[in-house]
Amino acid sequence: MKIGVLKEIHLGEKRVALTPDACEKLLKLGFEVIIEAGAGVSANYTDQSYTEAGATIITDANTVWITADVIVKVRAPQQHPETGVDEVEQLQPGCTLISFIWPAQNEELLKRLQDKNTTVLAMDSVPRLSRAQKLDALSSMANIAGYRAVIEASNKFGRFFAGQITAAGKVTPAKVMVIGAGVAGLAAIGTAKSLGAIVRAFDTRPEVKEQIQSMDAEFLELDFEEDASSTDGYARLMSKEFIEAEMALFAQQAQEVDIIITTALIPGKPAPKLITEDMVKSMREGSVIVDLAAEQGGNCELTQAHKVVKHYGVSIIGYTDLPSRLPTQASQLYATNMYHLLTELTPEKNGEVVIDMDDEVIRGATVVKNGKITWPPPAISVARVPAYSETKMPEVDIAEESDESPSPVMTAIKSLVPVALGSLLLFGLGQVAPPDFMAHFTVFVLSCFIGYMVIWNVSPSLHTPLMSVTNAISSIIVVGALTQIGSSDTTMMVLSAIAILITTMNIVGGFAVTQRMLDMFRE
Amino acid sequence: MISQSMLTVAYLGAAVLFILALGGLSSNDKARRGNLYGMFGMAIAVIITILAEVEANFELLAAVMIVGGLLGFILARKVKMTQMPELVAILHSMVGLAAVIVGYANFMDTTQVFSGAEKVIHELEIYIGIYIGGLTFTGSVIAYGKLSAIISGKPVLLPGRHVLNLILLVTVIILGWMFVAVDTHANALLPLYIMTAIAFIYGIHMVISIGGADMPVVISMLNSYSGWAAAATGFMLSNDLLIVTGALVGSSGAILSYIMCKAMNRKFLSVISGGFGSKTRTSSSTTAGEQGDVVEINVYETALLLNQAKRVMIVPGYGMAMAQAQHAVSEIAMYLMGKGVNVRFGIHPVAGRMPGHMNVLLAEAKVPYDIVFEMDEINDDFPNIDVTIVIGANDTVNPSAKEDPDSPISGMPVMEVWNSKTCIVFKRGMATGYSGVENPLFFKDNTRMLFGDAKESMAELVQQLNLLT
Repeated sequence: MKIGVLKEIHLGEKRVALTPDACEKLLKLGFEVIIEAGAGVSANYTDQSYTEAGATIITDANTVWITADVIVKVRAPQQHPETGVDEVEQLQPGCTLISFIWPAQNEELLKRLQDKNTTVLAMDSVPRLSRAQKLDALSSMANIAGYRAVIEASNKFGRFFAGQITAAGKVTPAKVMVIGAGVAGLAAIGTAKSLGAIVRAFDTRPEVKEQIQSMDAEFLELDFEEDASSTDGYARLMSKEFIEAEMALFAQQAQEVDIIITTALIPGKPAPKLITEDMVKSMREGSVIVDLAAEQGGNCELTQAHKVVKHYGVSIIGYTDLPSRLPTQASQLYATNMYHLLTELTPEKNGEVVIDMDDEVIRGATVVKNGKITWPPPAISVARVPAYSETKMPEVDIAEESDESPSPVMTAIKSLVPVALGSLLLFGLGQVAPPDFMAHFTVFVLSCFIGYMVIWNVSPSLHTPLMSVTNAISSIIVVGALTQIGSSDTTMMVLSAIAILITTMNIVGGFAVTQRMLDMFRE
Repeated sequence: MISQSMLTVAYLGAAVLFILALGGLSSNDKARRGNLYGMFGMAIAVIITILAEVEANFELLAAVMIVGGLLGFILARKVKMTQMPELVAILHSMVGLAAVIVGYANFMDTTQVFSGAEKVIHELEIYIGIYIGGLTFTGSVIAYGKLSAIISGKPVLLPGRHVLNLILLVTVIILGWMFVAVDTHANALLPLYIMTAIAFIYGIHMVISIGGADMPVVISMLNSYSGWAAAATGFMLSNDLLIVTGALVGSSGAILSYIMCKAMNRKFLSVISGGFGSKTRTSSSTTAGEQGDVVEINVYETALLLNQAKRVMIVPGYGMAMAQAQHAVSEIAMYLMGKGVNVRFGIHPVAGRMPGHMNVLLAEAKVPYDIVFEMDEINDDFPNIDVTIVIGANDTVNPSAKEDPDSPISGMPVMEVWNSKTCIVFKRGMATGYSGVENPLFFKDNTRMLFGDAKESMAELVQQLNLLT
């Protein structure tokens, strides 16, 4: 089958659907590639490089439309801005078209494509499955948009991103807030971070917190319980209360940060307005807002699509062609995604495209099949929150083996010696001591063991309270003094009185200070 | 009147409550209830004894108890948490003194008559009780003096101190034999007086030759002695409650001493025989001279480092207590935690001047106890730490304990702070720690020194951190 590549006719579009590299790989899949002359020039791919890769250059676009069995493009088919020729009209019946389509926003286009009796695969409708990641052109483009957003911002921003201490004084780092931590948001975070800025990010989906933190950015948290995760991996519309809390956070951040990059999109809905005019007003002169949602109406109230505007000293960038501003990179990634999709479509590697509607990736991408609209596809759930659980390695105790351990007999004898000596001593004691003493002695020895057992359980952090409380209770000696204070002997009475005085002090002081310390350990 | 059985039952109850009091200390949430058990047990024991045994002089009894109680209460309220070791030392001395007094009073009590083996044993009990009480008393007083810097913290080493100790011990044994052998009270008093004097001297000598960083061992040891003194008094009075309590306290102190010695990789005997820093310098001090340069850091740069860190470990030592810097340290920890930084505290068992000293200070400064960890719990974690702050610790973070087999502190378990990515040491100057050993940590590539008063540096750091955001 012949794959046809066309020069993009959208105004300012510099990307191309296939690169020479991708052409070469497609030839190996059994395809033939024909390409309109000059299609890759804006993306810095010359006609010659395509010829070298094995593609055929065709000077006339119309010939490509007519001869190709599969047309690959970046932008959806449209009317030529200068000649007025409509690409939909050029599309031949029975032909397969692969490009961005945005079926939700372009129902009319979809109908016309259906009427042309074609098969259409939308690059933007590839389901978000891990298997489909390599053909997810949206992610590729979002990644580029996120990167470029920071670059555009730095272009308009009059200061360094990184903080420095120079001979000429201290430079404070720029503060960047990224709203929405999808692919574009994360790319923006990474780029801003690598330029040295302080980056904060917000997202309604709590599960991205870890991703944000793994990029070394700060996750802005709301004091609010609501989960925006949905089953399709995109964000969804939030409740009114949540939005209010969110807006308060943005208003506060607007006063602090230098650069705001917004990437908030809800599929099939106009972009949520997150940055109000008042917030823009509160930002410092020279601040920059990059609105990646400009095409869908913008996250900022003052955004104008395709343009840079300046309000209250704040530059608001509403470019909608950020990926196209990095045409070589964007084309390379798009072409790779395209190649992977075509690989999925030719299981036999014989250059014949097979639309297998049982394959959920192909099913998702196919929006028109043989003149019938097949969009939207049946729902498939891809929420990946509990994708992995921590698997604990079984703990294995490795018995330590000591080569020099003495024979068991020796060990036994060694451990028996103290026992034997102790027994002898006790035996000797038993010979001479009165039974009364032995009773007390028994109590003493057993108490030592209880103490041993109990004290080893004491938490090391409480060792100081342990000492003060043992202090208090060891003043139980007071009992000894109490038995003697009633004595008629003056000396004994005085001695006992002193002993009672100091032990009482000890008891009260010890318990009181222990209590004071333990109260501090309360949370 | 209260019967003997009632008395026994009450004492048994008190003993059980004391055990529960100590058992409660196994966890923070049970500890307060445990302390209440202890108070309750003590109240039972005291009240029942007064009811059963006291027949006269109630006014005097009430007076001394009220005065003593007030004094103790005021002391407990007023004491600063950094002075806990001093308070504990002075309370120990009280137990020792009480044991001596009770011993004397008991000896003078002529109403009890023993004969034969019972007499010998009873008198031996008095003798031993007074001896332990006496050395606990003076030892604790000296420990108090050292801790509150009234007397020098440096070990004072008398020439031939081991021989001196031996002579004292032999004299005590001979006097003991004389004390038991003589038949009249008046004749027995003299050996008892001399022995008491020797016990006092022995206590002074024992503690004065130990100093500084060995104080945790000394305090635990005196804690133990105060318990044994109570137990000996219990034997003397044939009172099981005293025996049980004394044994509990005695073994508690002994275990603490053991833990402290293990944490310093020292033998208990070598600690109490004194003179740690005084060992003649081995080759390590000469090789330690050429270690390269220290890299200084200022407060602003420290703030920058902390601002970028994701995992921070704070390792405090006695210097933090001396500088009263615990509140500033806590403030920094709170600030960093508020920013989502993982902040933990690592405590070496012998950090400070008594077991658990650092924990109490941090608790006072409202550091949540679930981020305070013992050395063994976190030592393997240092490679994951971005910034370690060492504040007022020296010997407990000395890598030569691990790396230099000739070092006097070789083999002592230490906090491996040098394994973290950056280690910032807050220090007054380049002086060595208590052990007098050079600390190669200061010369490591990833170590930065922040010189100055710990409290002021910490306060400045808080300001700088606030300016950064």
